Amino acid sequence: MKILVPVKRVVDYNVKVRVKTDGTGVETAGVKMSMNPFDEIAVEEAVRLKEKGIATEIVAVSLGVAQCAETIRTALAMGADRGILVETDAELQPLAVAKLLAAIAKTEQPGLIILGKQAIDDDMSATGQMLAALLGWPQGTFASKVAIEGETITVTREVDGGLETVALALPAVVTTDLRLNEPRYASLPNIMKARKKPIVTMSPAELGVDPAPRLTVVSVAEPPKRKAGAKVASVAELVAKLRNEAKVI
Amino acid sequence: MDFTLTEEQRAIRETARDFAEREFRPQAARWDEERIFPVDALRQAAALGFAGIYVREDVGGSGLGRFDAALIFEELAAGCVSTAAYLSIHNMAAWMIDRFGNEAQRRRFLPKLASMAHFASYCLTEPGAGSDAASLKSRAVRHGDQYVIDGAKAFISGGGASDIYVCMLRTGGEGPKGISCILVEKGTPGLSFGKPEKKLGWNSQPTSMVLFENCRVPVTNRLGEEGDGFKIAMMGLDGGRINIAACSLGGGRASLEASQRYLGERTQFGKKLAEFQALQFRLADMATELEAARLMVWRAAAGLDAGDPEATLHCAMAKRFATDAGFAVCNEALQLHGGYGYLKDFPVERHLRDVRVHQILEGTNEIMRVIIARRLLAQTDRRS
Repeated sequence: MKILVPVKRVVDYNVKVRVKTDGTGVETAGVKMSMNPFDEIAVEEAVRLKEKGIATEIVAVSLGVAQCAETIRTALAMGADRGILVETDAELQPLAVAKLLAAIAKTEQPGLIILGKQAIDDDMSATGQMLAALLGWPQGTFASKVAIEGETITVTREVDGGLETVALALPAVVTTDLRLNEPRYASLPNIMKARKKPIVTMSPAELGVDPAPRLTVVSVAEPPKRKAGAKVASVAELVAKLRNEAKVI
Repeated sequence: MDFTLTEEQRAIRETARDFAEREFRPQAARWDEERIFPVDALRQAAALGFAGIYVREDVGGSGLGRFDAALIFEELAAGCVSTAAYLSIHNMAAWMIDRFGNEAQRRRFLPKLASMAHFASYCLTEPGAGSDAASLKSRAVRHGDQYVIDGAKAFISGGGASDIYVCMLRTGGEGPKGISCILVEKGTPGLSFGKPEKKLGWNSQPTSMVLFENCRVPVTNRLGEEGDGFKIAMMGLDGGRINIAACSLGGGRASLEASQRYLGERTQFGKKLAEFQALQFRLADMATELEAARLMVWRAAAGLDAGDPEATLHCAMAKRFATDAGFAVCNEALQLHGGYGYLKDFPVERHLRDVRVHQILEGTNEIMRVIIARRLLAQTDRRS
């Protein structure tokens, strides 16, 4: 079975994000970028399925600027076999990404597409769901456990009330939650081997997709600064404030 | 001249940084306090290829170069100076076997060193032979197909814990040409260890004397020819100096980063410390010193990779400068932390204790100056 793993290049999770002064977005110039952590979990799961002998080939896909090739290289160093880069400088929103991935899925014919439940930059949590809808495939989102047996994938989902288990017929789309696994470090020999693995570059036009944004970002602003708290003299005063001012009890 | 790292070099550095932040840093204070040699964390590092960084791939090494190693050791040391420094010595010893060993020796020793199933130590210094290493007295006398070893080695990192001891021993007459390099395995009758030394820093690795008394090893344990030992030892140290210098960069950088955080948090006289220009300037100088040191380390490492005939000189210069700069930056960071810097609740005093010894070992910084001056005076032009 072939597995397709879409990986997104995002601002590194350690970076203190700053909003651009004109309010059009987040500053990315000179900022460290890395693979979306949820996508790392997806790569790890794909590699584990290959190590178990269930998957035969792992294809990592990234969409965006030329530097997304580095994100693909990270996936290759973790154990993916080859990469596809859909190169464009255009802003890509979830619907465009889902359409591009659907076009790739039609030619690649993977048995499973596994990707992060959301990207830590815009937190849309939409691509996986849209992709499943466009392909007409079943979806198992927010996976904390997956198991494949024959033509069925069993996905344990983290939902508000607890854990929900769904069984899906393959091919399917699975999005990964934080607790699915702990991604491995790429070893030095694997980093060097990744250099020799192929990455094919294509354009949105070649895939027959118009990636133009359908949503308009009105403004991006920093969250309000936290205000200093107040000190209370007694428990009675605290309870009174919680009841009368905060109205939480 | 291009100072931009390649994509692979950046990936290697990232891996080392992530690994050190998650697997070394959170434990480093406990390893120091309780003098724990972190065998599991070291083997985890080995699984990623950090134990045979510039050992060839056919015996489990990573097949990279000295420049890559310098990037890696700075990152690992930023997590734990002491553990990274031990790993650097292990790498040096493994490289000596890879470079000077025959095929049988490479296949016998290196796969286990690359995975850290076995740990390695480098044994040159003796109680009476430190900076004057070529005066060493421990003797290996040949009897048929065996060497009989008698003597003592001092300040051995990994002493007692390591499985393979790469020893410089006298097989011939006085001076450097009478020295051979011989591997002694733990468990060999006649090999024993002194008590673990109590040290200022480097507490996550044991240090002890290594003692030989009628210790017999097969002649096939010798690396290279008889009389090659001192040359092998010095070539090992060229790379070892780069690694130790890189460990000082890591300790210095971790202290600088701790200071950046602290200056942003601490308020005195109604202002954040970061708002005092006198302190800003000190931070700027710390970063500048470290960057200068880093460039020297990178240049020397690139020289070793390229086989530059002046590599020994550049390694000595880089080791002297970077280990002095690393200590100075840690010391400055401690001062910026005030009383808190002196407490073990903050990591800076540990970095300071750990990097201090880098000015002493792998050749003292005084010996570095000897190497540099000797080269300068040898090349003085008659016309000048």
